[in-house]
Amino acid sequence: MKLARDTWLIFQRQILLLLRNPVWLFVGVFQPVMYLLLFAPLLKPALNAPTQAAAYKIFVPGLLVLLAIFGGLFQGFGLIAELRAGVIERSRVTPVSRLALLLGRSLRDVVSLIVQAIIITLLALLFDLRVNLGYLLLAYLMLALIALMTSAVSYGVALKVKSEDALAPLMNTVAQPVLLLSGILLPLLYAPGWLQGIAKWNPFSWAVDGTRALFAGDLGNDKVWQGLAIVAVLAVAGVVWAARQFARSVR
Amino acid sequence: MIETRGLRKSFRSRAGRETKTVDAVRGVNLEVAEGEIFGFLGPNGAGKTTTLRMLATLIEPDGGEATIAGADLRKDPAEVRRRIGYVAQGGSTWDESTAREELVLHARLYGISKAEAHRRATRALDAFQLSEYADRKCKTYSGGQRRRVDIALGIIHEPKIVFLDEPTTGLDPQSRAHMWDEIRRLRTEGMTVFITTHYLDEADALCDRIAIMDHGEVVAEGTPAELKREISGEVLLVGLDAASTPRAAELLDTEGYVTKLETVDEGGLRLYVDEGATAIPQVLRRLDGAGLDLRSVELHRPSLDDVFLTKTGRSLRES
Repeated sequence: MKLARDTWLIFQRQILLLLRNPVWLFVGVFQPVMYLLLFAPLLKPALNAPTQAAAYKIFVPGLLVLLAIFGGLFQGFGLIAELRAGVIERSRVTPVSRLALLLGRSLRDVVSLIVQAIIITLLALLFDLRVNLGYLLLAYLMLALIALMTSAVSYGVALKVKSEDALAPLMNTVAQPVLLLSGILLPLLYAPGWLQGIAKWNPFSWAVDGTRALFAGDLGNDKVWQGLAIVAVLAVAGVVWAARQFARSVR
Repeated sequence: MIETRGLRKSFRSRAGRETKTVDAVRGVNLEVAEGEIFGFLGPNGAGKTTTLRMLATLIEPDGGEATIAGADLRKDPAEVRRRIGYVAQGGSTWDESTAREELVLHARLYGISKAEAHRRATRALDAFQLSEYADRKCKTYSGGQRRRVDIALGIIHEPKIVFLDEPTTGLDPQSRAHMWDEIRRLRTEGMTVFITTHYLDEADALCDRIAIMDHGEVVAEGTPAELKREISGEVLLVGLDAASTPRAAELLDTEGYVTKLETVDEGGLRLYVDEGATAIPQVLRRLDGAGLDLRSVELHRPSLDDVFLTKTGRSLRES
């Protein structure tokens, strides 16, 4: 009860501040839109897809997962600004739930991600992408869990390193191999065996496969529940770890 | 209100391959009474802020115990949080929020209802003369205004004790005087105020009692007047011409209130007395009665810096 109330208070404030400065939305969406407009048209011939729509069914889910990973991982920057302003310390002397300090922020990130995902999906509809609405909602659940995890991890790391200069290279170093090993841009179907072997250990690769299966309308595919289960477990682990960073001494 | 026994904290810092342990606070014992303004005076790096942050539950002590407003710091930090307010040195407001939003949110984080939080925010804005700017973003405030919002945030839940870390650092003289008035007002409202400062005049003028801290230890504790009296009493510089000095020395040496007497080379006397204000008329009467030509009397009261110098061997102004 207290957790829900505290989370709501933090979430409300964060959303209010977000709406006061909505540039974030366009900044966040800009890069994926560029991919959608300038990169995706290469895919039909490259993937040997029968139609443009079929190519988008493969590419758009990957793009959305990419958005969720990167959008989440870079949220820590905002937290470092809050640390510097003393807002976090001020919160920590109140009896507010430490988990709520994290969840309120991460849920804001999830909401902003879903808004961005909807924009991308609507744009893709213009390119003849068609998805069953129920499956699309399940895919959004997958994205929400990914964003929850990556933003929580980003906050936890931000609380540990406390400086933008340390956070940026760290997040880039993590994100780059994760991105390449998840088959986000091109399916790993075309990868040599050793690369596929490594990618199997990348949870995001499972998430991408699951999201693609949902976009393809293949709900029965094991990759769907496997992907959801993996990101759900990781999201819980990420949240628990990051909430502990909020509770621990910050100095 | 506050009682600490042997509070300790050390930090590990790494320089290259070597790890060094820095004892920031090495066993602090304090007693702060209800309704007083208690000051922690010391140079930067003395361990004042670390002690304050331990008392405010922000960092965990390595050892020792503390009871704050009746709650045990080690066993029940959550209860301590409910009973205290804390205002950090570096500020606590967000540029894009308004003072009213900050106050309402902060009150609600203490579990206060929405309606009551709004009432308290309005009241606090009035009390701190911020109503005019209440709905502007914090980034448009002056340093003094922002500091007042910080303090209003620290006491929005009506704590028994409020900790203020260097409340006037970086303020211009006028805002500083204003802030002193605000702090005194908190005391009249029944709060116990615990401040840290490295300003001698602030400790002297504002605090009922002070503890002087250096290298992680409390080296002296008492009211500013007690501390100053303890080191040397007060000094009267009596200006006389060289000819009448020996005779004056003879007369005054037998007076009971003079603890020590020194002759100044060019003429004149230096008298060590317990209380200068009452010694002056007696000195005047004595010398006047003997028909000696008195040129001037100057009273030198020891400052807190003299106290610091006596206790630590260096001046606070230098450190």
